[in-house]
Amino acid sequence: MTITLDDLIPLFPLLAATLTVVLAMVAVGIKRSYLLAAVITVGGLLIATVCAFGLLPGANFQVTPLLIIDEYSLFFTGITSLTAILVALLSYPYFADLDDHKEEYFLLLGLATVGAIVMVSSNHYVSAILGIETLSMSLYGMVAYPSNSDKSVKFSLEASVKYLILSAAASGFMLFGIALIYAQTGTLAFESVLAVEETPGLTSGFTIAALILLFVGVAFKLSLAPFHMWTPDVYEGAPLPATTYLATVGKMAMFIVFLRLVMDTQALQLESITFVISMIAVVSMLVGNLLALLQSNLKRILAYSSIAHMGYLLIAVVATYMSSGSVGIEAITFYLIAYVIMSLGAFGVASVISSSTNEFDGVEDYTGLFWRNPILAALFTGMLLSLAGIPLTVGFVGKFYIFFAGVESELWLLIGALIIGSGIGLYYYLRVIYIMILPREQRERFDISASQDFAPNSALLFLSILMILFGIYPAPLISIIEDISTFVL
Amino acid sequence: MILVYLIGILFVGGIFAWLSERLDSRYPRIIALVTILIDLFLMINLVQMEPSAGGWIASIEAPWIPRFGISFYLAVDGLSLLLLLLTGFLGVIAVGSAWEDIQERTGFFYFNLLWTLAGVLGVFSALDLFLFFFFWEVMLIPMYFIIAIWGHENKNYAAMKFFIFTQVTGMLMLVSIIALAFLNFSETGAFSFNYNDLLRLETSGLMGFWMMLGFFVSFTTKLPSVPFHSWLPDAHSQAPTAGSVILAGILLKTGAYGLIRFAVPLFPEASVSFAPFAMALAAFSILYCAKVAFAQTDIKRLIAYTSVSHMGFVTLGVYAWNELALQGAVMTMLAHGLSAAALFMLAGGLQHRIHTRNMEHMGGFWVKVPKMAVVAVFFSVAALGMPGLGNFIGEFLALLGAFQANILFTVIAAFGLIFASVYSLWVIQQVFHGEYRNSKFDDSHLSDLNNREMVYFFAMMIGLVWMGMYPQSFLNFSEPVIAELLSNMGTSLTTMVRN
Repeated sequence: MTITLDDLIPLFPLLAATLTVVLAMVAVGIKRSYLLAAVITVGGLLIATVCAFGLLPGANFQVTPLLIIDEYSLFFTGITSLTAILVALLSYPYFADLDDHKEEYFLLLGLATVGAIVMVSSNHYVSAILGIETLSMSLYGMVAYPSNSDKSVKFSLEASVKYLILSAAASGFMLFGIALIYAQTGTLAFESVLAVEETPGLTSGFTIAALILLFVGVAFKLSLAPFHMWTPDVYEGAPLPATTYLATVGKMAMFIVFLRLVMDTQALQLESITFVISMIAVVSMLVGNLLALLQSNLKRILAYSSIAHMGYLLIAVVATYMSSGSVGIEAITFYLIAYVIMSLGAFGVASVISSSTNEFDGVEDYTGLFWRNPILAALFTGMLLSLAGIPLTVGFVGKFYIFFAGVESELWLLIGALIIGSGIGLYYYLRVIYIMILPREQRERFDISASQDFAPNSALLFLSILMILFGIYPAPLISIIEDISTFVL
Repeated sequence: MILVYLIGILFVGGIFAWLSERLDSRYPRIIALVTILIDLFLMINLVQMEPSAGGWIASIEAPWIPRFGISFYLAVDGLSLLLLLLTGFLGVIAVGSAWEDIQERTGFFYFNLLWTLAGVLGVFSALDLFLFFFFWEVMLIPMYFIIAIWGHENKNYAAMKFFIFTQVTGMLMLVSIIALAFLNFSETGAFSFNYNDLLRLETSGLMGFWMMLGFFVSFTTKLPSVPFHSWLPDAHSQAPTAGSVILAGILLKTGAYGLIRFAVPLFPEASVSFAPFAMALAAFSILYCAKVAFAQTDIKRLIAYTSVSHMGFVTLGVYAWNELALQGAVMTMLAHGLSAAALFMLAGGLQHRIHTRNMEHMGGFWVKVPKMAVVAVFFSVAALGMPGLGNFIGEFLALLGAFQANILFTVIAAFGLIFASVYSLWVIQQVFHGEYRNSKFDDSHLSDLNNREMVYFFAMMIGLVWMGMYPQSFLNFSEPVIAELLSNMGTSLTTMVRN
C-alpha cells in the first residue's frame, strides 16, 4: 500500500494539526514564550479548520484502510479544531500566571486535537484506538497540569491518576472486545458483525459479548451510567481548561467513533444490544440528573449533567436503527454541536473569572453575579437555559431534534425518561441561575475586573452569538447536517 | 407584517428598557409604557381591518426550518384579537401597578415584563404548532425572573415550581405536536406543523387519545385545573403585584386559548370521549377550589384559589363545545382577566401598605381606606357573578351551554356560584368590616388609593361594566371564529356529547 500525493490532500487538516504540534514544540525548545506557543497552536489549528471546511464539499475518500475522509468526518474535523481553538483562547489567561512550564499546555492541547481528528476520521479499529489513546494520553497531562506549581489546584494529580487508571481499564475492555470481533470477522475495519454468524464454533452470543465489551469501554469514555464514577472527580480535580477540553472535544470525538461503529457494524440489529443501549440511556438520564441535584460545585453539576446529556444522545442512537432516513444521525450531529457550544460557554464563564491560582467553581461563588457583571451573568444564564433546553437557544432545537427522532421511532420509554430527566434537570440549572440573581454579597469572592482579557471574552461572545443564532434560525445548520449525515448511513 | 411588529416592538422595547436603566432608573417604566401603548394602538388598527375569507384578520407566513416543514406562521382572527387586546390592556395596567412598587433593578424588571407580554402575544397568534410551543416556553423564563427576583419571602420555591410544572407538561405537548407532524408525514409524505394542515388529519384511536392528553395536561396545568393547580397559589402569593396581574390576567388565558384553538379541534374524536371526564374535572375544580379558597388566611392565596375555581367554568364551557358555551368561556376569560387582575392589585396594594397578607390581622379598613373598600367591593361582586358585569355574562353563558351538553356536571358546577358569593363577601367582611385594630402591623403607611391607582381601577371597572352591559360588542368578534370551529368539527361532537 503506497500513499500517493493525491491521498495527502484529504489528510491536509490532520497534517496541519500535526505540524502545528511539531512547530510549537520546536519553538518552545528554542525560546520559551507563552504567547508564541499559543499563537502557533491557535494559528495552526485555524489553518486545519479552514482546510477541513474548504475540502468538505463533495469529499469522500478512503485514505488507506484506516481513515475515512468524507464530508461527515471533515465537518467534525473542522468542529474539533475550532473547539480546540476556543478552548485555547479561553484558557490563555488562565495559565498565564503559572510560574513555570506553561507553554507545554498548548503542545498537549494540539496533540489531543490530533488524536480527536484521527478519531472522527476513523472507520477502522486500529485508527480508532490510536486516536483514542493519543487523545487520552494528552488529556492525562492536561488534567494534571498545574501540579508542578506550589499554588496548584488541589486535586489535579489525584484526578489525573484516577482518569489514567480507569481510562486504561476502559481501553482494555475495548481491546478485548475488538479482539473478539476480529476473531469473528477476520478484519479490523468497521464491518457488519451480522454477516459472519456462520463461523464454526462461534455463535451470535459471542458477537454480543464482544460488542458489549466494546460498548463498556465506550461508555466509560463517554461517562455513561453506570460507568460514570470517574466523571465528577476528574471534572472537579482537573484545571478548568482541561475539564472544558475533556467535556467538549473528548466527548464529541468519542461519540463520533461510537456512531460510526454502531452504524457500520449494524450492532443495533441485535435486539439485546439495542436493549442494553436503551437501558444505559435511561439510567444515564436519571442518574445524571438526580445526582446533579445534590452538588454544590459547578464543575460537578456540569459533570453529572454531561452524563445526562450523553444519555439524551443515546436516544437518537437507538433511533438511527428504528427510523428510516437519517433523522437519528442528524439529531446526534446537531445535538453534539449544541452540546459543545453550551458546554464551552458554561465552562468558559467559569474560566474567565478563574485562574490557575484560584478557581471559582463553587455555586455560591456566583452569588449576585447578575448585578455585578450583567453581561457575563446573562451569558451564563443563556448557556444554562440552553443546557436545560429552553427556546431561543441552540439547546432547545437540539432537544427538539432528539424528541423528533425518538417520536419517529416510537421509543416511548426513552422519551418518558427524557421528559422526567429534563424536568429534574431544570431544578439544578435554575438553582444556579437563582443564585446569580440573589442580591450581591458584602464580600466579593472574586475581582470582576480579572475578566477583562480580550481573548476569552471574544470567544465567549462568539459562542453566545452561535447559541442564539442556531436557536432562532437553525435552518442553515440543519441543511448542512442533513447533507453530511447521509455519509454515515 | 403588523403581527411581527406587534411582537417585535415588545422584544426591542424590552431591551431598550433594560439599557435605559443606566441613564436613569425611571426611564425603563416610561419606555415600557410607551412600548405597550404603541402595541395597543397597532391592535386597535387591527380591530378596524376587515377579515379575509378564512376569517383571518391578518396573517404572515414564511419558511423557518424547512427540514421539518416548520414555518413562521402568525395569524389573528376575532378570538385571538380579543385576547391580544386583553393582553395590551392588562399590560398597561401591569406597568401602572409596578410604577411605584418596583424600585430596584427597574430596567431588568420591565425587560422581563415586556418579554413575557411578547411571548403571550406570540402564543395568541402563532398558527404553526412549533412556533406556538416556542412562544409557550419563551414566556416562562421572564416570568420566572419576575417571581424569583421581585417576589416575596418564599420566591425561590414558588418560581421554581411554576417553571418546572409548566415546562415538564409543556414537553408532553411537544411530544404530541411531533407525533402529529409524523401523522401528517405518514398521510401526505411531508412534515408540517401548520395548524391548517394538521386540522385535516384523522386523529382517531388510541394514539389520538394519547396525543390529545398531551395537549390537555399542558393546557390545564396553565389554566390551571385540579389536579395540576398547586403551582398557582404559590406563584401568586410570592409574585410581585405586576407579576400577579400578568399571571392571572393573561398567562392563565393562554391555557384556555390552547384548549379552544388546539386541544379540541385537532382531536375531535378523542375530545368527545374525553368530554364527560373533562367536565367532571371542571366541576370538581370549581367546587374544590372554592372550598379551599374559603380556608385561606393569606389573601393572595385566596384569590389564587378563586382563580382556579373560575377557570373551571372555562373548561366546562370548552368541553360542552357548543356556541353558547364557547362564547361563555371566551367571556369568562376576558372578564376574569380584568376582575382577577384588579383583585390581585388590591391585595398587592394592601401588602405594599401594611406588609402582611394575613387576613386575620386585618379588619375595619373601611374607615381608613374608603376608596379602596369601595373598589374592592366592586371587584368582589364582579367576581361572584353579579348581573350587569362581565363575569356574570361569561359564567351564565358557559353554564347555559354546558347544560345542553351534560346536565349533571352543570348542575354541580352551578353550586360554584353560591360558594363564590360566600368567599367573596367573606373577604370583604374580614378586611373592611368590623372594628379597626392595628395591633398586628404597622399602619403608618396605610393610605387610601392615590389618583394613579384610581385611574387604572376605574379603567378596569369600565371594562367590566361594558362587558356586562353590552357583551355583544365582544361576542361579535368571537362569533364567526366559534362558528368556524364548530363547523370544522362537524356535528359529531355536539350530538355525541348530548347522547
